[in-house]
Amino acid sequence: MDKVKFAKQFVAALPHCRELGMRLTDIGDGVAVGEMPYDAKLVGDPETGVLHGGAISALMDTCGGAATMSHPRSPAGTATIDLRIDYMRAATPQQTIVARAECYHITRSVAFVRVTAVDDDVDNPVAVATGAFTVEQ
Amino acid sequence: MARKRPEPVQVIKQRRDAVLAALVHGVPYINFLGIEFDRRGDELTAILPYDDKLIGNPMLPAIHGGAISGFLEVAAVIGLGWAVLWDEMERGELDADEIISGHLPRLPKTIDFTVDYLRSGLPRDAYARAKVNRSGRRYASVHVEAWQDNRQRSFAQATGHFLMPQRKPDSDD
Repeated sequence: MDKVKFAKQFVAALPHCRELGMRLTDIGDGVAVGEMPYDAKLVGDPETGVLHGGAISALMDTCGGAATMSHPRSPAGTATIDLRIDYMRAATPQQTIVARAECYHITRSVAFVRVTAVDDDVDNPVAVATGAFTVEQ
Repeated sequence: MARKRPEPVQVIKQRRDAVLAALVHGVPYINFLGIEFDRRGDELTAILPYDDKLIGNPMLPAIHGGAISGFLEVAAVIGLGWAVLWDEMERGELDADEIISGHLPRLPKTIDFTVDYLRSGLPRDAYARAKVNRSGRRYASVHVEAWQDNRQRSFAQATGHFLMPQRKPDSDD
């Protein structure tokens, strides 16, 4: 089975990702793109219907891990060491969140990852994140 | 001048718990994760009861990093929001009935949030406590620690910055 198919199935098999309706749409060479549809159960502000940051951070974390695993120099699994998220604006209710993660540097032990999350207004990110992930030998 | 007789302890407790419950259960995402809060005076402990849907890697198994970060962020926001409400309640400025009936106060907004994953989250209940290191009129800085079986061994910690909700202008201006 090829790496792309494996990664997509791997994410689909993670219970928390399934619960959030997440799916990977593209992966390869240290880049992963995933999406999460709007869901009323994930709302953080009931007055405005804006999604909670926690749900968006789960998507960004998942894509960051997938980007790490898809890097040609990453032999196997990974775990998040740290992740910093900047919430730049509220996500527009009813819109799907798309996160694109890029592993921009990798050593034998650590992968450095950047993630950008957008809604339909793709030029205006909802959140950006930077993280370090383990490289399992 | 005779001091006003203090309210019975049960009345005070009931009001504080009702305000907290309204605050927590008014947010769908908090209910989705199943987070509850234990209150001792003004101190809150967030509780994330174990559930299969929190699992990230089923092979280990371990709680998903995203669920952990969501839990920590909820603990931070509620901890911060509660600290502000508590002061207002103590000063007698808060209309508790209004909150309990569902008119929730605006919660602080997350500006940024940094999570350290120290150990993998085991398939057990998790707890978290937030410490407000600074709370100004506009910005606040909050640190959160989460643990499972052993309070001395945090499995995750986070620091976040928050934008405080702006108070309603006084009716005379």
